[in-house]
Amino acid sequence: MVVREFAERGADLELVGIQKRFPGFTAIESLDLTIPAGSFFALLGPSGCGKTTTLRLVAGLEEPTQGRILIGGKDVTATKSHQRPVNTVFQSYALFPHMTVLENVAFGLKRRRIGDPLGKAHEALRLVELDHLAQRRPQQLSGGQQQRVALARAIVNRPALLLLDEPLGALDLKLRRQMQLELKSIQEEVGLTFLHVTHDQEEAMTMADTVAVMNKGAIEQMGAPEVLYELPRTTFVANFLGQSNLFTGAVVATTGAAITVEAGGSRIVVPTARAQRHQGEVTVGVRPEKVVLHLEEPTATPDRNLLGPGRIIDVSFSGVSTQYIIETPGLGTVLVFAQNVGMGPAAAVGDEVWVSWDVEHGFGLDDDPAEAGRFPADASTRSIAVQQREALVTELEEN
Amino acid sequence: MAFAAFATAEALPQAPKRRSRIALFLLLPGILYLVLFFLTPLVSLVLTSLQAPSEFGDIGQYDYAFNWQNYVAVVEAYLPHILRSFGYALVATVLALLFSYPLAYFIGVKARRWPLLQSLMLVLVIAPFFISFLLRTLAWKQILSDESFIITSLKALSLMAPDGHFTGTPFAVIFGLTYNFIPFMTLPLYSTLERLDTRYLEAGSDLYANAFTVFRKITIPLSMPGIVAGTLLTFIPAAGDYINASRDFLGGPDTQMMGNVIEANFLVLQNYPAAAALSIILMAVILVFVGVYVKRSGTEDLL
Amino acid sequence: MSGEVQAAAVLGGLAEGEQLEDRRPPRRPRDRRIGLGDWLLPAYAVIAFVFLLIPIAYTFVFSFNDSIKSNIAWRGFTLDKWLNVCNVEGGAVCEAFGNSIVIGLVATVVATALGTMIAIALVRYRFRARSSISLLLFLPMATPEVVLGAGLAAQFLAVGVPKDMTTIILAHTMFCISFVVVTVKARVASLDPALEEAGRDLYGSPAQVFWRITFPLLTPGILAAALLSFALSFDDFIITNFNSGSVSTFPKYIYISASRGIPAEANVIASAVFLFALILVIVAQVSRAARAKRLAKLG
Repeated sequence: MVVREFAERGADLELVGIQKRFPGFTAIESLDLTIPAGSFFALLGPSGCGKTTTLRLVAGLEEPTQGRILIGGKDVTATKSHQRPVNTVFQSYALFPHMTVLENVAFGLKRRRIGDPLGKAHEALRLVELDHLAQRRPQQLSGGQQQRVALARAIVNRPALLLLDEPLGALDLKLRRQMQLELKSIQEEVGLTFLHVTHDQEEAMTMADTVAVMNKGAIEQMGAPEVLYELPRTTFVANFLGQSNLFTGAVVATTGAAITVEAGGSRIVVPTARAQRHQGEVTVGVRPEKVVLHLEEPTATPDRNLLGPGRIIDVSFSGVSTQYIIETPGLGTVLVFAQNVGMGPAAAVGDEVWVSWDVEHGFGLDDDPAEAGRFPADASTRSIAVQQREALVTELEEN
Repeated sequence: MAFAAFATAEALPQAPKRRSRIALFLLLPGILYLVLFFLTPLVSLVLTSLQAPSEFGDIGQYDYAFNWQNYVAVVEAYLPHILRSFGYALVATVLALLFSYPLAYFIGVKARRWPLLQSLMLVLVIAPFFISFLLRTLAWKQILSDESFIITSLKALSLMAPDGHFTGTPFAVIFGLTYNFIPFMTLPLYSTLERLDTRYLEAGSDLYANAFTVFRKITIPLSMPGIVAGTLLTFIPAAGDYINASRDFLGGPDTQMMGNVIEANFLVLQNYPAAAALSIILMAVILVFVGVYVKRSGTEDLL
Repeated sequence: MSGEVQAAAVLGGLAEGEQLEDRRPPRRPRDRRIGLGDWLLPAYAVIAFVFLLIPIAYTFVFSFNDSIKSNIAWRGFTLDKWLNVCNVEGGAVCEAFGNSIVIGLVATVVATALGTMIAIALVRYRFRARSSISLLLFLPMATPEVVLGAGLAAQFLAVGVPKDMTTIILAHTMFCISFVVVTVKARVASLDPALEEAGRDLYGSPAQVFWRITFPLLTPGILAAALLSFALSFDDFIITNFNSGSVSTFPKYIYISASRGIPAEANVIASAVFLFALILVIVAQVSRAARAKRLAKLG
């Protein structure tokens, strides 16, 4: 049984109780996920979190140990890869080196015996603006061109579901930006369901309608990019998606509208609606760009959290903004991103400063504070190195 | 396994492997073939080596037995041949290494910027493969015969005794072995040297090593896999060879190696048990050598 | 073994296919100092190549010798031996040569088919007894030819099989399989598994994926392995000698006539084979270099 017709439109994808074990380790513990038709959905996570395995399961390149996969309401768990109305843009593009660009794009159409495969292939190549290179071999194209051929080769089949496996990972920054926009506009044009796997949070946030952050074989949090960013629910999300200042302490006061946490001798207020837990030990946080730096002690107001005084231990200027790291007694380091509205950095290393932020910008996390130390909030080189090493170790274990 | 590490292409990570009946279908014919025509013959050889002469039979008739004295007998009779085999092979291997290393270094490292020149030089290295092994050995026999230009010139220059010979001496046999197996030494050396990242050498000289130290401490260790593969590829066939040592080629009566006596016993004297016992000894020594050598040089992944 | 694999790569001139282009480290700017090695090594290489080619040149030159029986002393130039190569000894040289070609072709086809299948299985599948199978494939390459030859001969003797062309072919196929496995395996291992997955993803059935993607991409490796097998079989003397009975092959013919002098016709055949192989390889190498250059320009 081969799918012989084009999908009318994108289809829903449903993963029910998926588990995947490889000899020696479990890639996916238990996964339930529904992706509505026509959406651009991103699975975001570090290497080894199980996101690529999820994609391969959907494509039919791996079989789940347990659970079911439904596409457009039809159970496809038992069908083989070539029988599924799904196409993939591979990370390495996987363009057939022994065929021309045109033959590559027409490959799927020919296998399904769809009429006029070459005409349709040309049409798809025109969509990605590469029709003039149709007779070239893939290895004669640049990285960005190869990426577009891979995309054309997949969408020409009008799959119900298009899978993108880090398709922009091999491109340089400028090209990646350009391709992000192109992908997004093509998705809007053809109206398919896109499932995009990436470890690049910026890529996921710019392109997807919905982002699911994956960690250790499970989804940590799912939602619109701005919701995930402004209101992370776990330490992992707070640190993987951008950076965060996190403080752990006990809830000492609760009103209908807000909770107050005492951390390291300071009081931090978070709106109840933005906090996942309302009693006991909790972790609360704020994004560094929401934090304001004061060179003199400001007057305390109930609608702002105020910490300090602390001492600046590092200033790094990056053009648009300046990043300050402030050592605050009892609270560890606080990270501040300040727009360079004036000329150059406003403070220097060693200066005594205070920091404050709008109570409404804080958030409270759901994790057990005991586990919260996995990704410390400071941006010191050491912790980045540790995080990367951990990611690497996981990746090596996966291979 | 098996030296595959030196093939030109890099291996890519493979997807988690499948277990499937297809594997059985793919493996079975070839493996069966090797069991039938490689493994069983080895067993045959062991059985033959223990045979005893048939009581009533003619020459060449033997019965299955457990006549392990065959081994004692062949070692007693052919000890010089056994020692010669491994001795000649060892010297030829060392000479081939000394000859090949600079050549492989030139092709693999110095000629890197001219890929076409590089591949044409490789063609020259394997060119001897294209002409019959026996004919090129015979050619040397003629070129180095007593009446030849080279030998008469050497005698005229008093570099050789007036009544001296070259062919028929151990030197000629070792010379022939060296010449014939040079490509087997040069190619694996070339493959490792070709992938030698010269930045390591630059780093070495940056860290105050002189040219010789860089060579000894960096180049040699990094090319160890090629050295190991090359020496094995030269030593194994050289130890079993009997063309070069044969009287019709470069050898003489006092240069006979194990291969010559195995051939004579099997094909001429029809003393099958002796030939088989000698073969088993040859193979056992080589396997022990391979095992120890590979372990000592720390390149166990080779196998 | 690596020597043979390299030889196969050169023989094929194709073993590095499209997706395997140039992975060597980036070229360094030329070091301006003129050191000892700058002229010593090239000079050494020239001398080394001359040394390697001496017996080949000798064989080639003596194929034009107007010899009567043994081809030892130079007696004048003639084209006669090239033109009437089969006229000597009732065509014995040509018959031996023909046998060698037939044996080489059959052994190559069988060994390449069996070896390629094993190579694919080794890289792509998991199975039990993997290490024993690897050992079984490695051992024939680490066994001296004289032992392989004597073993098979002992086996044929024990079973009572008469030695003829078939026994030679069986023997040659045996020692070629391992070399095919090593050569093709390298190619399979360098094949990006994503290519086959892409084929499956694009609605190709398992058979279609194999014949339209896997096989064409493995072809250079398989071709190189086949050429290597043929070369090994064609030039083999030792194993043949033990298992040929009265059948003659080209190397065996030379061995037998070595004591009484080799006719110049043997030199003619060897030289012709040499030239044919050399031209084949050089054409392949040059066209590969040209292709790489073209690709580099376009890329």
